[in-house]
Amino acid sequence: MTVLMRSRAIWVAVLLAVVAAALPWWISGYLLGVLTVAFYFGVFAMSWDLLFGFAGEVNFGPTFLIGLGAYTAAIIDARWGLPIPVCVVAGGLVALVGGLLLAVPALRLRGPYFGLVTLVAVLLLQNAIVIFAGITGGEIGMMVPDVMSVDASHNYWIALAFLVVCAILLFGLSRSAIGLILQASGQDAIGAQALGFDVTRHKLVAFCISALFSGVAGAMLVFYQGTASVSTVVDLSVGVQIIIAAVLGGRRTILGAVLGSIFLIVAGEFLRPLGQLNTFVVAAVALAALLFFPDGLLGNLLRVKERS
Amino acid sequence: MNDAPLLSVRGLTKRFGGLVAVKNIGFDIRPGEILGLIGPNGSGKSTVMKLIMGIERPNAGSVKVDGVEMAGWAPHRIARAGVGIVFQHSRPLHRQTVLEHIKLALLPDSLVKLAAEPHVHQRAREIAERVGLAAVMHRHPATLPFADLRRMEMAKAIARDPKVVLVDEPFAGLTVEESAAFSELIRGFRAEGRAVLLVDHNVKSLSALADRVLAMYLGEYVAEGTAEEVMRNETVRRVYLGGKLELHQRDRAAANAKQPILEVADVRVLYDKACALDGVGLQVREGEFVSVVGLNGAGKTTLFNAVSGLVPYKGTIRFNGQDLRGMSGAAIARSGLVQCPETRELFGDMTVRENLDLGGYHVADSVRAQQLAWLFKLFPILESRQSQTARTLSGGEQQMLAIARALMTQPKLLILDEPTLGLAPVILEQLSKALDALQKSTPITVLLGEQNVRFALPHADRVYVLEHARIVWEGSAPRFEQEMGRAFLEAAPPRDSNGMPTGEAGVKVR
Repeated sequence: MTVLMRSRAIWVAVLLAVVAAALPWWISGYLLGVLTVAFYFGVFAMSWDLLFGFAGEVNFGPTFLIGLGAYTAAIIDARWGLPIPVCVVAGGLVALVGGLLLAVPALRLRGPYFGLVTLVAVLLLQNAIVIFAGITGGEIGMMVPDVMSVDASHNYWIALAFLVVCAILLFGLSRSAIGLILQASGQDAIGAQALGFDVTRHKLVAFCISALFSGVAGAMLVFYQGTASVSTVVDLSVGVQIIIAAVLGGRRTILGAVLGSIFLIVAGEFLRPLGQLNTFVVAAVALAALLFFPDGLLGNLLRVKERS
Repeated sequence: MNDAPLLSVRGLTKRFGGLVAVKNIGFDIRPGEILGLIGPNGSGKSTVMKLIMGIERPNAGSVKVDGVEMAGWAPHRIARAGVGIVFQHSRPLHRQTVLEHIKLALLPDSLVKLAAEPHVHQRAREIAERVGLAAVMHRHPATLPFADLRRMEMAKAIARDPKVVLVDEPFAGLTVEESAAFSELIRGFRAEGRAVLLVDHNVKSLSALADRVLAMYLGEYVAEGTAEEVMRNETVRRVYLGGKLELHQRDRAAANAKQPILEVADVRVLYDKACALDGVGLQVREGEFVSVVGLNGAGKTTLFNAVSGLVPYKGTIRFNGQDLRGMSGAAIARSGLVQCPETRELFGDMTVRENLDLGGYHVADSVRAQQLAWLFKLFPILESRQSQTARTLSGGEQQMLAIARALMTQPKLLILDEPTLGLAPVILEQLSKALDALQKSTPITVLLGEQNVRFALPHADRVYVLEHARIVWEGSAPRFEQEMGRAFLEAAPPRDSNGMPTGEAGVKVR
């Protein structure tokens, strides 16, 4: 029965991906642009869910990792003019190293302190960017000389392909043996240790994977938008949006994070005519969902299954 | 043929701040041997288990598994070296099936193996069948009864193929049939040549199973031998049964005429699947001192928490003529029903005086000063410790502070939950004197929960006996001695033949 359910879920995902791939023939360039951003956010949120949903650690600073990746890629491109793939890979690696430097000491802390450390890291990065304005462009942000494509459809397809690849990798990981050990570590650390698992090492690896995907996605976003700025890839409010997207979609589901991101970004865009009210309405909807459906969209579906 | 011990513990010592939880404990377990570690609540037996598993680090002593010193290792290394543990309470993963839980336990601690090896699936099925989970192995934990969750914990331990198995309260929350099945599984460990350590508070429940029993009290070794020998040991008898009972009889007539201040009727509490209270009813009249006695796990704390509005319940609880249903814990406390919990819940980083002042936050300044003066007369030691932080007090002083803080609120009814927990006999005497003084100097009503009968009886006007989630006896203190006496504490837990989960339902969350 579970096998049937699971395979059906996968078919639904494949169907959605195919429909999404065909969208450029149907909808406007403007909408494609909105979805492109939403897809990158989807990767941010999936990476975050790996850490929160599976390893059980709340990372309040996803934008620390994203920002590291984005700014590294932007600086390398602007200074040395290296090709985009090199910049993106470098962004991912720097995010990984930065994440490692942050997580090794932070994972020694217990309870809410890990989350606080990640929060402070974002502020630190934000300040560093402002202080070294000569290199980073400071609060205004920096332009990158290269962009991936000027064609909205191409950009859309690149983002979609990236999202699908990341989803397959992260979802696969979550369903693998390591995903199982991670869940045990996150939900009952003592129990997991008593089964012989090195909980700290597993959480550290989860953090590194999360950092790598976040960094790469951040770098890609820079080459789509043509700029790197604090307000789009580092600011705390961006991090909060990612967290809301992941929780809205459903904790511990990975794929739910994509749905949550698309909903959040698209809703924000559609409500833009409301002006100031726009963010308020989106936040209110998110709050209601968190209060009344804490398991999120996919989480609720799975819950029904668990009880059967 | 092989007589070298698999688990060898020497001089194990653990201190938590000023409290010595485990003091110089040592024992050996050979292959195919079952050792029962017993002691009342707070005796340090669970700490010993945690020290062996590495969940707590010992301050001193040695833990050798198959000759390898492991004291101070991280739990995952100890687990890999061949020690397995069956927790009393599991925290299962909700999205995984039973079989997946067992597979988890079969996985190596590796970051590169993404898929389980093929034999894992087969092995997991075999283990599920062995522990009796074959029929439910594809179900999720949320749908399983309590006993099956414990079977799953057992299965996870078996999957690691440990040389040494630690089992925490093996029969807690189980029916007769389930207990028998668990005994069989544990005998299976013995037959396979594993060393087994069972931790429990009751000698009787282990006597049929354990080859040897070691009794602990207040962190120290008390006796070791066969179950029979340990039960005959003088110190063990005193620890479990108390010495000679001294009763102070008060005039009952006046108390009987008073109105009931607390009425509990047909109260039922379920924790997940375990039944912690089953149709409990009792009454406390104004000015009365009522003791509820029962072993650890009988449901005393649950009863008090239900009365204090801290756990949901079925049935009715009336205080001062008012139905407490729907009232918050804080509102109940303000109405004059104050609990002094087992865990004391002091503000550790605040001084003694600050703790007391917080207790008296809602009373007028002049009254507070009076209360304080009266309490310092009741507990002189607290006066001299006023500026010390609560954390640095000894266990007995902390208990006095907890009681004093509860009294600062000027309660109509004071609930004391196991005030003697983990206290040395000399402290008990001081506490007993203070309670005596309290009884004589105020018209306060007290509801006391205790497993220490010697402490609970002297003050009591009436006694209730709580056993396995039910009130099984009610009467005066002298009658208790005649009718219940020793039989009460030595009695094997009566199990419900209908297969109802009566068991040791006062299960504690890890």
